[in-house]
Amino acid sequence: MGAGHGHRLHFHGHSPVHRAPAHVKVLTLLGFMLVVVATPREAYAVLAAEAAVLLGVVLLSRVPLTYLLPRMVVELPFVVFAVLMPFISHGPRTEVLGITVSEPGLVAGVALLIKGSIGVLGALTLAATTEPQDLLRGLQRLRMPELLVQIMGFMIRYLDVVTAELGRMMTALRSRGCDPRSPRHWPVLARSLGALFIRSYERGERVHLAMLSRGYDGKLP
Amino acid sequence: MHVPDGFLDAPTSVATGVVAATAVAVSLRGARRELDDRTAPMAGLVATFVFAAQMINFPVGAGTSGHLMGGALAAVLVGPWTAVLCLSVVLTVQALLMADGGITAIGTNITLIGIVTVAVGWGVFVLLRRVLPKTVAMVAPAAAIAAFVSVPAAALVFTGLFAVGGNVPVDLGAVVTAMLGWHTVIGIGEAVVTGMVIASVVSARPDLVHGARPLLAERELLTRKVQVT
Repeated sequence: MGAGHGHRLHFHGHSPVHRAPAHVKVLTLLGFMLVVVATPREAYAVLAAEAAVLLGVVLLSRVPLTYLLPRMVVELPFVVFAVLMPFISHGPRTEVLGITVSEPGLVAGVALLIKGSIGVLGALTLAATTEPQDLLRGLQRLRMPELLVQIMGFMIRYLDVVTAELGRMMTALRSRGCDPRSPRHWPVLARSLGALFIRSYERGERVHLAMLSRGYDGKLP
Repeated sequence: MHVPDGFLDAPTSVATGVVAATAVAVSLRGARRELDDRTAPMAGLVATFVFAAQMINFPVGAGTSGHLMGGALAAVLVGPWTAVLCLSVVLTVQALLMADGGITAIGTNITLIGIVTVAVGWGVFVLLRRVLPKTVAMVAPAAAIAAFVSVPAAALVFTGLFAVGGNVPVDLGAVVTAMLGWHTVIGIGEAVVTGMVIASVVSARPDLVHGARPLLAERELLTRKVQVT
């Protein structure tokens, strides 16, 4: 909830990767991923080397792979797209397992899968080894505008408060026989979201007044 | 619909990053006009709300589900500048702390979901507000139409980026048709939910809805005779 708590993806540890300053980690990941994205898609040896480097960092961080791998499901929608690519592309045809597919499409799909997976694993490693508060200080050191850092700080601080509020609303709806996923109950769901907006907005106003009464002048100490 | 790493080539990613950084810098100035010194806590809480609203999935059909993008919703609720800031912060936090959307694609994601949906949604909304009858009841339908237009617009811009930086020899016409068709369906869901959320906020606290403020200011005090017997 408040400062100092971990977040859902954080994996507590004391490895060199955990101890590295957050701004260094963000810049390293950004630079690394730019290199990966710029790698020609048929240079499988280079891609393999990049994946090996990333795996080395994961091993160094001592975050178990069994912790990271199940969390890679966020990339699932794009796996679907990558699988579709050989079928919707044109160009010379080739045969894989008895199915005729487009060759450039196949190459692009495989490259997308590899690069996307490296990206998700890299981002997961960053998230698992960095506390949100350290990340904010890191972004501040990277000269992200002060106001943006503050907004992000408030978002991270109140993330659990607001999502827990939404969770309680959903529990209340379900216990009254409502299925939030069904379009039949969208009107109820929408009214809950409206209420959630009003509550969040008013919470923002209260937080602002509380900060003013403690001497807030547009800057956080 | 968060774009991952490796979907677009490096030059395109860097270019959209520059676009996103410029737009966020402009929005930082604009948001101070909308919220003055309350900007940080208010935008922070609204960003959290947008994040929570995006967690709710709704079925789109064919066994898949979509979720709210919230660009038009945030623009009508808190104004376009603050909305851009909120969505940019949400997308950055999702990329850095939740591995949702690639780190090199942050610029692309902010451009698509943060800027295009807000700009198109707000533009359509203001246009409709000018054309439709000037009553508060018209805010929700206008917001719904704005949300409906904003989703295929973002899909169209994505297709454009894909044509420039995707370098896969796909038939662009087919991609445009597929993306537009698919996102029109998602747009309907976005429109219904956005319209209903705005309607519920307008009925409870119309003063909080940024897009309804000019209409509220125009409202006149009604006096009428009541027969007392």
